[in-house]
Amino acid sequence: MLVSNLELVPGRRVVAHYGIVQGSTVRAKHVGKDIFAGLKNIVGGELKGYTELMQEARQEAVERMIAEAQSMGANAILNVRFATTSIAAGAAEILAYGSAVQLDGV
Amino acid sequence: MLDLIELGLFITLLVVGFFAGTIVEKRHYASIRKREREFADVLAFSVRFPPDRVTPQRAFLVHGTVVISSDYFKTFVAGLRNLFGGRVRSYETLLERARREALLRLKHDARRQGAKLVICVRFETTTISTGWAASIEVFAFGTALIPERAAAIDFPARSVVAA
Repeated sequence: MLVSNLELVPGRRVVAHYGIVQGSTVRAKHVGKDIFAGLKNIVGGELKGYTELMQEARQEAVERMIAEAQSMGANAILNVRFATTSIAAGAAEILAYGSAVQLDGV
Repeated sequence: MLDLIELGLFITLLVVGFFAGTIVEKRHYASIRKREREFADVLAFSVRFPPDRVTPQRAFLVHGTVVISSDYFKTFVAGLRNLFGGRVRSYETLLERARREALLRLKHDARRQGAKLVICVRFETTTISTGWAASIEVFAFGTALIPERAAAIDFPARSVVAA
């Protein structure tokens, strides 16, 4: 599965469009991380726990998007975008979406 | 009496925030500058199409992310700034550090997978509320390309000469 945020991959022809595919996940941070982050807010710097949390969430969103594209029989997802929305204090939705296509010669 | 303790705590936090925050920021900047030199050979562009003559053999998504927090002192100063308006320098450096860090992690991801060219780089910034203060997340993503001919990796210098 080729995943890219390009609209066209040079040298590859799009032979079929399957429409939009998306994957999302809603994550909440746990209290321990929150307390630690509160302390880190005094001295500043990277909140590693949160970085990992966001990374895992994006990974999962991308995997779900790929699963949807695979179920359609696509071999590539182009024009991938990401969106993050905070739903309530402490919970955020991470969305990955793109166009599922069939490329020749992948 | 309670008020006095509260005031004392506030001042202590301000002082701790100021000194610790300054040290953390200086260290981060030093580390960013060092790694930017290390990753100077990984090229990242925001253009949507690859340069001519680069026919990719492989294209894949690469990304870098960082969540970074301001310190107590800077949060307080930025709060004061809200009264008068104007440039909030303390948040400017925070965002700059986050963007440069995210881009570096993107380059790290690209190099780890053997790519030296990333195009269509996009940034996304999200505020994450952590109680009384705000932290920000910067997410950088783009498409890494591995050219067909190994020689083409040395673009752009070589492709200019070839033309």
